[in-house]
Amino acid sequence: MRARTPSSPWILLGPSLVLLVVFVVFPVGLAVYESFFQWDLLTDPIYVQIDNYRALAERRELLHLVWRTLSFSVMVVAGAMSLGLGLAVLLNRRGRLFAFARAAIFSAYVVSWVSVALLFTWLLDADHGVFAAMLKFVHLPRVGFLTDPNTALATLAGVTVWKITGYALVVFLAGLQSVPPSLLEAAALDGAGRWSRFRFVVWPLLRPTAAFVATTSLVISFQTFDVVRIMTQGGPANATSLFVYAIYEQVFLDLSIGKASAITVIFFVVLVAVASLQFRFWSASASARARGERRT
Amino acid sequence: MNPRASYLVRMGLACAAALVWLAPYAWMVTTSFKPLSEVLEHPAGLVPKSPTAAAYREVFSAIPVGHYMLVTLAMAVSIALLQIVLALPAGYALAKLHFAGRRVAFGLVLACLLVPAQVTFVPVFLLFAKAGLVNTMPALVLPFAVSALGTFMVRQALASVPDEIIEAARLDGASEATIIYRILGPVLAPTLVSLFLVSFVFHYNDYFWPLVMTTNDDVRTLPLGVALLREQGTGMRWHIVMAGNVILSLPVMALFAAAQRHLVRGVGGRA
Repeated sequence: MRARTPSSPWILLGPSLVLLVVFVVFPVGLAVYESFFQWDLLTDPIYVQIDNYRALAERRELLHLVWRTLSFSVMVVAGAMSLGLGLAVLLNRRGRLFAFARAAIFSAYVVSWVSVALLFTWLLDADHGVFAAMLKFVHLPRVGFLTDPNTALATLAGVTVWKITGYALVVFLAGLQSVPPSLLEAAALDGAGRWSRFRFVVWPLLRPTAAFVATTSLVISFQTFDVVRIMTQGGPANATSLFVYAIYEQVFLDLSIGKASAITVIFFVVLVAVASLQFRFWSASASARARGERRT
Repeated sequence: MNPRASYLVRMGLACAAALVWLAPYAWMVTTSFKPLSEVLEHPAGLVPKSPTAAAYREVFSAIPVGHYMLVTLAMAVSIALLQIVLALPAGYALAKLHFAGRRVAFGLVLACLLVPAQVTFVPVFLLFAKAGLVNTMPALVLPFAVSALGTFMVRQALASVPDEIIEAARLDGASEATIIYRILGPVLAPTLVSLFLVSFVFHYNDYFWPLVMTTNDDVRTLPLGVALLREQGTGMRWHIVMAGNVILSLPVMALFAAAQRHLVRGVGGRA
């Protein structure tokens, strides 16, 4: 459709574009710029070229940070996707009980991260928590879920999965409901069992949905901050210091803006790289499948 | 397995799943009504032996609940409203008008979808610090006044609205503002309701942004206040923390109960 005047589209878009540039595009550029400086907010910034990056690389800090965040993300994405899909298949039924279970699971996604983090800090308290009481009841040894460096990261991943599975469930349910019933009936007439109907009819149709859930839960897991800040403060022994928490620490505890900016830049690059790799994986296997189907 | 048995298994699993997600809330509520001694002795007990509302009184005396709640609601409502007011004209221009630079403008919106607030907060914090706006409502609201996702969703929804509606309105002499807000607004009502709810819930719950943009009580939000209950306390006063948690969760739970359908649709990005 034609615009009334040549300028009218820009008047309509103007406020949005200006705000996006001021609060998104410009800050990204500024973060890159500041990553070449050493600055403590109090004295003048000093230009240090790539020293911030070099320092991060030399002390292996960065490698650990990337590795920790990636392992956390793998646990969260795998957990939320498999649970979400399994529950979607289980609960994709009419009936009050199933609707109730769907609502119960999704409600965790609506409640604040702060509530969930505080609630699980207490439930998982090694001495006074509900899990501790249960372990004691069945005579299992005490587990320091949040205080043992070997379990803390997995514990945070578990809490995150509990929180976001409802999201995966809702998206997978919508995907399942868009599978034409006639296809399933035809497959059943051909003698396909429950498993092969899922494997060969439902799952191929569900792949785009799965790709969407994988990407969004990856982004959510990369942005994890609240559970870290509230449940472990990055500890024990740095075991749960994920990217965003590390940036926060650099700014507000160490007052080193340059180093924080360098970590931010790397965080953004890793996030975009992993997200696009994952996206390519899903779309590549989807198109390979489509080619295979055409051949048969 | 016969159909009846498999149905029973399915029901059993559904019950178990509901339990895994509801039991933590049950402990949250029940703990908030227990005295401290009972919390420490019988943490898993689901019915308080000597119920008391003392923890709630403690919460109200430890933090200004009313003030925090007002700030939080004002912030979340302003953000959600602004996002809709700005997404409508932008989405309209991107979906319906032909002009040079449309692809570039749309590309910019899509690119912004990729950038989380965690990437921009350091520079934005410095900008606000320079402008003397830390600890003010604009620092909490302005960075989120435009939602790239919201703009994208409005554009997608408008694509399926027939051009004839707009052409007819133009012939009747309606201004662009009238067309956008009085004609297309109601047509898109389901999308806008979902957008509003998802945005409201997200920002009501948000912890990260208010945490980095506030240093005092002026515009501190409720999630910060409740998280503070734990930091202030001796560490073990879980009944008070859980009482704060119940207060924090009640409004969104009520909203969820009232508008689950709209929330589910909006969260799935299919508004």
